[in-house]
Amino acid sequence: MSWFEKLLPPKIKTDTGIGKKGVPEGLWSKCPACSAVLYGAELERNQFVCPKCSHHLRISARQRLDQFLDKESREELGAQLKPTDEYKFRDSKKYKDRISAAQKATGENDALVVMQGELKGMPVVVAVFEFKFMGGSMGAVVGERFVQAVNASVRHRKPLICFSASGGARMQEALVSLMQMAKTSAALRKLGRLGVPYISVLTDPTMGGVSASLAMLGDLNVAEPKALIGFAGPRVIEQTVRETLPEGFQRSEFLLEHGAIDMIVDRRDLRDKLHSALSMLRN
Amino acid sequence: MNLNYLEFEQPIAELEAKIEELRHVSVDGDFNIGDEIARLKKKSIKLTESVFSSLTTWQVSQLARHPQRPFSLDYIQRFITDFQELHGDRSYADDHALIGGLGRLDGRPVMIIGHQKGRDTKDKLFRNFGMPRPEGYRKALRLMKMAERFKLPVITFIDTPGAYPGVGAEERGQSEAIARNLYEMTDLKTPIIATVIGEGGSGGALAIGVCDHLVMLQYSTYSVISPEGCASILWKSADKAPEAAEAMGLTAEILHSRRLVDEVVAEPLGGAHRDAEATAVSLKNALSSNLDRLSQLSVDELLEMRYQRLIRFGQAEQGG
Repeated sequence: MSWFEKLLPPKIKTDTGIGKKGVPEGLWSKCPACSAVLYGAELERNQFVCPKCSHHLRISARQRLDQFLDKESREELGAQLKPTDEYKFRDSKKYKDRISAAQKATGENDALVVMQGELKGMPVVVAVFEFKFMGGSMGAVVGERFVQAVNASVRHRKPLICFSASGGARMQEALVSLMQMAKTSAALRKLGRLGVPYISVLTDPTMGGVSASLAMLGDLNVAEPKALIGFAGPRVIEQTVRETLPEGFQRSEFLLEHGAIDMIVDRRDLRDKLHSALSMLRN
Repeated sequence: MNLNYLEFEQPIAELEAKIEELRHVSVDGDFNIGDEIARLKKKSIKLTESVFSSLTTWQVSQLARHPQRPFSLDYIQRFITDFQELHGDRSYADDHALIGGLGRLDGRPVMIIGHQKGRDTKDKLFRNFGMPRPEGYRKALRLMKMAERFKLPVITFIDTPGAYPGVGAEERGQSEAIARNLYEMTDLKTPIIATVIGEGGSGGALAIGVCDHLVMLQYSTYSVISPEGCASILWKSADKAPEAAEAMGLTAEILHSRRLVDEVVAEPLGGAHRDAEATAVSLKNALSSNLDRLSQLSVDELLEMRYQRLIRFGQAEQGG
């Protein structure tokens, strides 16, 4: 169980059935929400949205990019950046070992993948968090790659789209990780001044320092259905206020109701909807 | 156990108690024990020096949240003249955990913004233990924007365990409030000097901490998560907070050596609370001289410098 899952109270976990598994492997799998048995190929065709109950399964950064961008003219940015353990952080495990384990498990160097490409022919820059890489946590490499994404947007006046899925700042990088919140926000401020659109797509889950910086700063803040989005983890809140949390607390629908996001978009409609919005903003 | 002293300071507390006792004896008795008191006083200073010369990270964390440590208003009272507190975010409420207002530093008008903790139980509750809600951050932003309009430098004091984790805070957009402050502060067209005076806890601290010059008092701390929070997540037990504090290296001294903090202001022997007056003087001097320096810059130079300062964070830590 990852540290982030531990933050979730059991109630929320069972309610939505979001287990530790993201995309199931193998031929047949079970929807974590409605338990329907699903055929792998069909699920993939459906962009990992359950055909029975429309539950949006968690997907990897590469799967996201694959679904979202046009097939041609993709170019990855900042792939050469690798995390280092400058201050020799060690908890129950060494940070260095956690990095290697995450790299092995995900095939990624760190928790953010950035690509330039096209969305229905419109040139865009896309940044995607890899949640399976240490809970999508933001450290120096994630921050720097995000800034490179913004810089590419600035240079070519291409819209920026970020898909967040993160537990927050990476504790193992201590204060450096906190400063990434300011760093990424500073870069976005530059983009904002130029009038290049930035769309933040909040996916399950987007919490802590990522939610309290780049993910809430979109010209449009868009969420996938039923994603967990917030600053403090539900368990921390429950311990602080000593009461059970309301039904659907910190889910996309809750955020929409409270005015924090512009809209909730089904994953299968994202390409169309975002392209349409961007083409109006870029008019 | 003397509650005015932390656990690791108890030997000092015992010595001080003995001195106090002797003082009373000397009033009653007919022989002069002034010499003995002076000797013990010297010993107490020596002992304090020795205890404070080798503080662990965890001990510094405890000092940073010492119940008697001076809070924002204690410094404001000591070196800001004509202070006028300004209230409210204009849309929801006035947050008592985050205060702000106009005042003068060495005669120069400034906008001061700071977290505020409470001293006794009632006051602690009133101040919500120094944990702001979104309205607090929105008030801070409102005041910063006002400062920008009237070309007043912004001075912030950071002293919070973190932003408040509550239902209402989430409903009103705690994340957005913090993010918005970061976004706007990176581009605020007036000098900003931030000082961590006690506890610099996470995003709740950073939300008034984006700046041109970052100062930390010697026994303050600044970290991405509290030692207890870090310990309960990574060690699965809050009891491991001392280890977590150590691993995160959250003291002014360590962060300064990592070039994450620009300046450390020394505290009096035994910590800021042993001599708030002296601490205030040192802090005021640091703020004044940096304000002089920053106000020489044009707005463009200032903003470019701030941007470069922020972008640099973490660039040393990655390979490739």
